[in-house]
Amino acid sequence: MEIPTWQRASAIVGTFGILLTAACGSATPAASSAPSASAAASSAAPKAQRGAGGDLKILYWQAVTILNPHQATGTKDNDASRLIIEPLAAFDNDGKPVPVLAAEIPTVANGEVSKDFKTVTWKLKPGLKWSDGTPFTADDAAFTYTYQCDPKTAASTDDRCDGVQSVTAKDPNTLVVTYKDTQPFFYQWGVGTEGGVLQKAQYSACVGDKAKNCPADLKPIGTGPYMVQDFKPGDVVDYVINPNYRDPNKPFFKTVQIKGGGDANAAARAVCQTGDIDYGWNLQVEATILKPMAAAADSKCNILTQYGTSVERLVVNFANPDPSLGAKRSEPDTKHPFFSDSHVRRALAMATDRKAIADQLYGAGLAGKDSCNIITAPEAMVAKDSSGFDVCKFDVNAAMKELQDDGWVAGPDGVRAKGGVKLAITFNTTVNSVRQKTQDILKQDWTKAGFQVTLKSTPASTFFTNTSPEGANHFFADVEMYTNSGDPDPTSYMSGSWGCDARTSSANNWQKGNYGRYCNPDFDKIIAQLRTETDQNKRDQLVQQANDILIKDVAIIPLITRVAPTPDGASKQLKGLAPSAWDSSLWNIADWSK
Amino acid sequence: MGRYIVRRLLIAIPTLIAISFVMYAILALAPIDPLSQFGADPRIPPEAREHIRHALGLDQPWPIRYVKWVTAMAQGDFGVSFMSHSSVSDLIWQRLPNTLWVVGVAYIVSVVVALPAGVISAVRRNAALDHVISTLAYAGFSFPTFFTGLVLILIFSIHFHWLTFLYDSNLQVHDIPSFIAELKQAIMPIAVLGLFDAAILTRYTRASMLENLPLDYVRTAHSKGLRESVVVISHVLRNSLIPVVTLIALGVPAVFGGAIVTEQIFHVPGIGALLVDSIGTGDTPVVAAVVMIFAVLQVLFNLFADVCYAVLDPRIKYS
Amino acid sequence: MTTAQVELSGSIAVDALSRPARSLWGDAWYTFTRDKLALAGLFTLTFIVLAVLFGPLIWPHTISDIDFKASLQGPSLDHPMGTDDLGRDLLARVLYGGRVSIAVGITAVLVSITLGTAIGAFAGYFSKLDNPLMRLTDLFLSLPVLPLLLVLVYLFRDTLTRTIGPVVGIFVMIVGVISILNWMPVARLVRASFLSLRQREFVEAARCVGSSDARIIFRHILPNALSPVLVAATIGVGGAILTESTLSFLGLGFPPDTPTWGRLLYDSQQYLEFAPHWPLFPGLCIFVVVLAVNYIGDGLRDALDPRRKI
Repeated sequence: MEIPTWQRASAIVGTFGILLTAACGSATPAASSAPSASAAASSAAPKAQRGAGGDLKILYWQAVTILNPHQATGTKDNDASRLIIEPLAAFDNDGKPVPVLAAEIPTVANGEVSKDFKTVTWKLKPGLKWSDGTPFTADDAAFTYTYQCDPKTAASTDDRCDGVQSVTAKDPNTLVVTYKDTQPFFYQWGVGTEGGVLQKAQYSACVGDKAKNCPADLKPIGTGPYMVQDFKPGDVVDYVINPNYRDPNKPFFKTVQIKGGGDANAAARAVCQTGDIDYGWNLQVEATILKPMAAAADSKCNILTQYGTSVERLVVNFANPDPSLGAKRSEPDTKHPFFSDSHVRRALAMATDRKAIADQLYGAGLAGKDSCNIITAPEAMVAKDSSGFDVCKFDVNAAMKELQDDGWVAGPDGVRAKGGVKLAITFNTTVNSVRQKTQDILKQDWTKAGFQVTLKSTPASTFFTNTSPEGANHFFADVEMYTNSGDPDPTSYMSGSWGCDARTSSANNWQKGNYGRYCNPDFDKIIAQLRTETDQNKRDQLVQQANDILIKDVAIIPLITRVAPTPDGASKQLKGLAPSAWDSSLWNIADWSK
Repeated sequence: MGRYIVRRLLIAIPTLIAISFVMYAILALAPIDPLSQFGADPRIPPEAREHIRHALGLDQPWPIRYVKWVTAMAQGDFGVSFMSHSSVSDLIWQRLPNTLWVVGVAYIVSVVVALPAGVISAVRRNAALDHVISTLAYAGFSFPTFFTGLVLILIFSIHFHWLTFLYDSNLQVHDIPSFIAELKQAIMPIAVLGLFDAAILTRYTRASMLENLPLDYVRTAHSKGLRESVVVISHVLRNSLIPVVTLIALGVPAVFGGAIVTEQIFHVPGIGALLVDSIGTGDTPVVAAVVMIFAVLQVLFNLFADVCYAVLDPRIKYS
Repeated sequence: MTTAQVELSGSIAVDALSRPARSLWGDAWYTFTRDKLALAGLFTLTFIVLAVLFGPLIWPHTISDIDFKASLQGPSLDHPMGTDDLGRDLLARVLYGGRVSIAVGITAVLVSITLGTAIGAFAGYFSKLDNPLMRLTDLFLSLPVLPLLLVLVYLFRDTLTRTIGPVVGIFVMIVGVISILNWMPVARLVRASFLSLRQREFVEAARCVGSSDARIIFRHILPNALSPVLVAATIGVGGAILTESTLSFLGLGFPPDTPTWGRLLYDSQQYLEFAPHWPLFPGLCIFVVVLAVNYIGDGLRDALDPRRKI
C-alpha cells in the first residue's frame, strides 16, 4: 500500500526543499470529455443561494487525519482543512493569485511589492469574521507566521518560512511580509495550500512544543465557507455552513462530507460508475481502466486534467556512486565513470521512449502527457522548441551511433564499453506499479542501445528519507526516477534542483535538492539574473533558456508531465469547478453547485 | 471447575503483559524509525525532528517508554496519535462498533451455515451432497477475499446498482428504511467474510464428525435402535463439537484479522482499516494500541475455548 | 484392562493373517491408492509442480517481454493464457509465479506443522512440560496473527531485502513469519489428541509391555493424532498461498516485478471487466492447487486412520 506519508500539497513546492509528489505515481487516464480548466471555470457563477443544495459527497481514498493545514501529513489534510481555513490568496490554474482574505493582490505595479522583491504589503478584506463570530484581523495572520515558522512547531508547511524575515500587522487590515533576501516568488508565504491563516485566540496555546498535542487541530475555527460538525480522524469529516461566511449567497451545498478509505480504483468506480460520490480525489487508476470507465455512455464523471510543473523525470548521477569509494561515494567532487561523458547521457536520452510510456501507462493525457521540458507551466514560461532537440526524439539507432562514434563499443554480451568501463547502470525508483512498468519499458530500449540495466525499487518511505542510503538524495545509483514540481515562479525550484550550490552531499547532511550533482556556470548565471529581473517578459525568456540548457545538456531527462495536483474525478452535474494545478483541489468549493 | 476458570483468568494477565512487552520490543527495536515519516519530509530540519522526538518522549530508552506506556494503558490511556493529534482511544472507540457489527454478524452467519453443512457432509459421506458441500467449501477458501469482494462489487454495485460499496459510518439505525440502508451497506462485507469462514468451519466440522462416526459408542447407539437423527445430533454432534467449539472460539480473533482486508475493500472504517492506515503512516501509538486490542480479544477467546473444552469433555481432568 | 487385552490380541490376530505384513505407511499407501479423488489430487499437484519447475525452461516467452501491440489479448495459440496490460505472456508469468507461490505454501506449512506437532506432542505427553509449553502456545496464540504479520513485514522488509536480496529476503520473511505465527493451532490439536489418547487403554497397554516414551509417541499416539494435523496442514497450504496474496493486496508482499499467483490476481483485479482471462488463470491455479492438496489430505486421513483399516 503505497501511502506516501508525506505527499503533500504538491503543486507548490518550497524553495530548495524538494517535494516529490512521487508517491502518487500511478497512472491515470482522462476522459476525452474532460473539461479544460478554463471551461469549467466559465461554467461557474452559480446564481443559487446559500445552502440551497443538499449534501456534497467527496471521497478521499487516503482518509483525512487532521484539519490543520500546517500539520498536514498529506494533500488530503490540506484539502480537508481548506474548507475551513483560508489563505490570503489562492492560485488559479495559470499560477496567478486570486484574492481570498486579501482585498487585492500585491504586485510591483501597484506598489505593494517593493522593487527589490523583499517587502510585500497585503491589504485584507475589511469586516471579516471567524466562524465563532469574532473579528478577523491582520494580527491573526502575523500569529500564524509565529506558529508556522517556529521550528519547534515542526509545521509541515515550514518550507514556506525559508527566507522570510518577518510577518507583521501594520494595522488590523494591513499585513507586511518581509523577505531576508530578494525573493522573485514573493507570494511564497501566505498564499495557496500552505498559506492557511489560523485563529490566534484558538491556537495561541499550541505554538512550539505544544503543537503536537493540540485539540484545536481536530476542530479548527476558520473563515472559510464551512465549519466542522463531526470529525472522525482517518474516516470521515462532516461540515456545515459557516454562518459568518463573508458571501451571503454562498456556499451552495448545505452540508459537505469528506469520506476516506479504500483505494483509487474504488474511488473511480464510486464517482464514474455508481455515482455514489460527487467528487473523487486522485483517481490514479491504470489508464486502460479509467479511460473506458470515464468515456462510457453512462459514465457519471469528468476527469479533471490540468497541468502544472509536476514532471516525472529521470535524474542522471554526475557523481560516482561506486561503493568502493567508501565515504566519498556519490560526493559532488567525484566524477561518474561514464555519465560525465555528455555523449553517453545524450544516448540514454535518445533511447528513452517517453511517448510509449505516456500512451501505455498514463493514458495519453488522462494522467499525464509526454514532455521534454522540465518547466511545463505557466504557459508563458514553457520553452517552445525543445521537442525539436535530438535528445528529445526517441531513436535507438541514433543512440547507438552516438555511442559508437564516441568509442563505446559493444562487447560479446551486447554491453558497450570503452577503456574497460562498461555502461552498466543501476536504476532506482519507488515501489509503484506504474513506475515498475516504466522501468521495464526503459530497460528494454536502453538494453538495445548497449546499456546493461539493473532495476531497483525502494519503498517510497525509504526512497524519500534523507537518512537512507537507498534514498533519492544520497543517490547511490546511476539513474533514478521520481516526480517533483515547482512554484508558479520557478526560480527557487530551479536553483534548488540544478544549481551548483544545491548539490546534495554528506557535508550538507543530504539536505539539498540537487540530487544529480549537476553543475553548470551558464545555468547558474541565468538563475542569478532571475533573482533581480522585474520585467515579466524577460523573466519568461530566462526561464525558457534555463530549461533548454538542462534539456540539451541532459542534466535531466523529463518523461511525463503529470496532472496536478492530482487527477480528480467530478460528477458531471457538479458546476463551478475551477481546478488549479497550483492549489488545493477544493480551493473554490464555495463556488461549487449542482 | 470454578477454580480452574479463576486460575486461567489469573494466567491471562501475565500473558497479556508478556505480549505487550514482546510487541513493544518489536516496535522499539525494529530497524524502522517510528518517526520515519517525519524523516521522509526533507523540509523538516533535523533539529526540529529531534525536538519532536523529545516532545513525544522518544529520546528515552525504550524499556522506560514501555513501562510508561503499559501503566498508562492499564488506566485506559493509549496515548496520542502522531498523525491526527487526537487520543488513540477516541480513534478506537469510533471504529470498534463498525468492526464488531460486521465481523460479529459475519461470524454468526458462518457458524449457522457451517455447522449443518459440516454435519450433513459427514453423515452423507461421499454422497453427491457431500461432494457439492465439500467443493463449495474448498472454493470458499481457495479464493482470496479481496477477489470475491471485488466480484461482488462488480455484480451488485456496478452492474445492478443494488448495493453500495462505500460504508457510511454515520448511518444511525432508528427506523425500517435506515435499517435497510444499514443492511444494504453491510451485506457484502458480511457475505465475503462469513462465507470464507463458513468454508473453513465446514471442513473442520466435517472432519471432527468423521472422527466420531465410526466410534464404538455410535455403533452402540445405533444398535439400541435409536433413530439416525438422534444418534447424529445428541451423540456424535455433542462429541464432535468439542474441537469445533474450540475452533470457533479460536477463530474469532482470526476473523478480526480477516476483517482487515474486507474493511479495505468495502471502506468499512473499522479497527482493521485503522491498523493498516497506521502502519502505512508509521503511527506507532495507534499500531501498538490496535495490536494490543487484538491480543486482548485473542486471550479472552482462548480462555473461552479452554472453558468450553472443560465443560464439554468430562474425560479431561483439570487439577 | 480387559479391553486393552482385546485390542492387543486383535492386532496380533491381524498380523497373523495370511496376507503378508505391511508397515503402517505401506498400509496407508494401499488405502490411499483406493481413493480416486485423492489420487486425482496427487496427479494434478504433481503435474502442476512439474509444470512450474520445468515449464519456464521450455516455454519461449519470458516474464518480462513487453509487447504493446499484444496488450490485454485473450488466450491464443501464441499466448495460451493471454497477455497482461503490457503485453507480457501470462502463461510464462503464471508458471514463474507458481514456483514462488507453491514454494511459499509448502515451506511455510512444513515448518509450522513440524514445529506445532513437536510442541503439541511434548505438551500432551509429558505432564511436566504441558504447562510451560502451553503457556508458550497461549502466548503465541494470543499474538494477533494478521496484524502482527503486517507489522513484522512492514518493519523488517527493508532490512531483510537489503541483506539477502528482494525476492529471497521477502520469501524467507513471509515463510518465517507465517510459520512462526501459525504453528499453535496444530500444537493445540495435537496436544488435545494426546491428552485424550494417552489415557486410552492401548497406550497404557503399550506402557505396560515396556515401550519407551519415544516409541509410544511415534508408534502409538502420533498416528492416531495425525488426522486433524493433516486437515490443518492441507488447509494451511492454501492458507499460506492466500496469506501471501493478501500481503500483496495490502502492498506488503513480493516486489511488483515478481509475479506470484497472488500478485497476479492483485494486479489483474482492476481489469476484471476488460480482461477476465487475466485474473482467471492465476485464480484457477490457486483454486486447483488448494483443491488438490485438500483431496490428498482427505485421502491421507482415511489412509492413516487406524480404525478404518481392512
